[in-house]
Amino acid sequence: MFSPADLLVIPFDDWVNTFVRGFLVPNFRDVFRAAQVPITATLNGLDGLFQWIPMLVTTALLALAALKWAGRGIALFAVLGLFFIDMIELWPETMTTLAMIITAVLFCAVIGVPLGILAARSNKLWTVTRPILDIMQTIPSFVYLVPIVMLFGVGTTPGIIATIIFALPPIVRLTNLGIRNVRGDLIEAANAFGSTGWQMLWDVQIPLALRTIMAGLNQTLMLALSMVVIAALIGAGGLGLVVNTGLGRLDVGGATAGGVGIVILAIILDRITQGMGEANGVNTVSLRQTLMNLFRSRGSQPEGETKKAG
Amino acid sequence: MQAKLSVRNVFKIFGDAPDEARERLERGETKEEIFEATGSTVGVQDANFDVGEGEIFVVMGLSGSGKSTLVRMLNGLIKPTSGEILIDGEDVASCDAETLRRIRRSKITMVFQHFALFPHWTVAENAAYGLKIKGVGASERRERALKALGQVGLTAWADSKPSELSGGMQQRVGLARGLATDAQILLMDEPFGALDPLIRREMQDELLELQKTLKKTIVFITHDLNEALLLGDRIAIMQDGRFVQVGTAQEIVSEPADDYVAAFVADIDRGRVFTADTVFNDPEAVVLGKDTADVAMRRMEELNRNALYVLDGKKVAGVVTYQDLATATRENGVDGDILSKVLITDYPTAESEHQLADLYGAASAGLPIAVTDEKDRLIGIVEPESVFAQLSGDETSEPDADKPSDPAMQRKGDANV
Repeated sequence: MFSPADLLVIPFDDWVNTFVRGFLVPNFRDVFRAAQVPITATLNGLDGLFQWIPMLVTTALLALAALKWAGRGIALFAVLGLFFIDMIELWPETMTTLAMIITAVLFCAVIGVPLGILAARSNKLWTVTRPILDIMQTIPSFVYLVPIVMLFGVGTTPGIIATIIFALPPIVRLTNLGIRNVRGDLIEAANAFGSTGWQMLWDVQIPLALRTIMAGLNQTLMLALSMVVIAALIGAGGLGLVVNTGLGRLDVGGATAGGVGIVILAIILDRITQGMGEANGVNTVSLRQTLMNLFRSRGSQPEGETKKAG
Repeated sequence: MQAKLSVRNVFKIFGDAPDEARERLERGETKEEIFEATGSTVGVQDANFDVGEGEIFVVMGLSGSGKSTLVRMLNGLIKPTSGEILIDGEDVASCDAETLRRIRRSKITMVFQHFALFPHWTVAENAAYGLKIKGVGASERRERALKALGQVGLTAWADSKPSELSGGMQQRVGLARGLATDAQILLMDEPFGALDPLIRREMQDELLELQKTLKKTIVFITHDLNEALLLGDRIAIMQDGRFVQVGTAQEIVSEPADDYVAAFVADIDRGRVFTADTVFNDPEAVVLGKDTADVAMRRMEELNRNALYVLDGKKVAGVVTYQDLATATRENGVDGDILSKVLITDYPTAESEHQLADLYGAASAGLPIAVTDEKDRLIGIVEPESVFAQLSGDETSEPDADKPSDPAMQRKGDANV
């Protein structure tokens, strides 16, 4: 049977190898190395800070944040969960992971929000951005782990860069969506009163899109958490490393402990950021409801959140 | 009246082939034919009008008639395909973005059909929006916003969110936002269209009341002819992007330009459109103490009327009817002061701007109605018949002192029997 490969074999893998090894790495290695400086600085600063703050203080701060934005149930859960993490002796790793997550999300926001705003203002830019975001979301992260190691080396910072690539799309998408969905008559009103583009952005578009942007931030945060283990493959520390080590040694208990730590951190951060998005909603959720929400599928969570905010 | 806003030969054609559409338009093709041939939609064709300072100019048309497009061209939200839109001599259609922004900030403001209030701000912050854009400081901003809210009766709600207000109140905020900037031109795009009929009526009256003191130049868009007739100093009727007729309420109702307008005005309340001055006759009267009953009766015969007003000096003393005078002279002869004996002092009066709807009661009493000015001087007389003739749309009852209406003659005949 004839197949196109009989006529022509494309050495696609060779091309990519030549491009990355022969062109990108020798010519741009220093550029990429320089690019990770701000990330490393942020990460080290945050990690140092979190390791320095006493465990009880961090717990209290997170519980207070949970109380303010996510209700009593989550606040109580935060206290119990963080105590549990401390008691299974994973506190320092958890704080490293927290520092990594916050660094990744911070850079995602710094890149993603302005990009989303620009994409919302220009259909051309959006038609270019959209397929790139699609690729970023669908390409298996293992594919870009190798070039990242080649360009950035191994360690926590390259791990964060991989995390940023993986977690960036939602915040760009939802910022774009939020800005585009601001009611047309409000834009018209702002124009009719003679606003400039910046006034329109600050007074009308960003405040009205904020809820959607916060939903994007929440999604980005969740994706960043799910990259923790994969980032550990290229040398990132924290809970991901605990899981990987457990995996390598077939140490079921160790891997599970790391996994539980990630889950607890994820729940606390998810609920706090979701609550921030609901800004004005009065929140009085019982612990029972909270636990019920925990066992619900992720997809139905936002609906539950809206209900209790109302 | 000086023109504040002038619109000259304005066209708006949506689509890729405006030039071709324009040519076809000049050849007399209709909007539908042009759309089928070129895919371009004619929004507005050859709009020409001036709006004077302090005038309410109403543009009335059904949906798709181009009225919303037209009003958005006036403040540059939509750019005309061709033509000029002059505000104090500056052309909004061709000026640069910076000039347009300056004009929008200081000269022209807008009230929207669905209010378009910013949901994340309080009522006062919404009202202050135009000032914020202009860069006015926070405290002065609030002060001026509160003043504007006071004008629409919403001071107490200044710190509420718009979502806590009813539709009518939200539109008052929209109006306050427009008033706060002190812009002289106010564009109102179906501002009361989304409100309940009762609230709408209330808002219309309030707008007229406010306009007495504010004297803004208003371009008001509506699809409701009654609203147009009530509010408009002048009204433009739009159909398929062009003005079918421009005129006062009375002109449009009494002389519709074509069948389209005629169909519109067919079932409107004429009593609310026409005022006493559209039907009054010359103030023919006799003078008390000077003219005798004989003179009065002869004048009535000449004028074909069955009653006549009697003046005492310059003021109205009362009214005498032919029948009373005839009876009195038969009994007492023509001598003596018969006029003052049969004088009816409880006569109906009206002012010239009174609507005919308010004259029903007086007219049905049968006596002519004295139209007086603010100094009680007689400036005209409304025959009851002409009120009903005007209300029924009978064109023979045009105000004309030399040509009394037929019903008056018939009644006089009756009186003589």
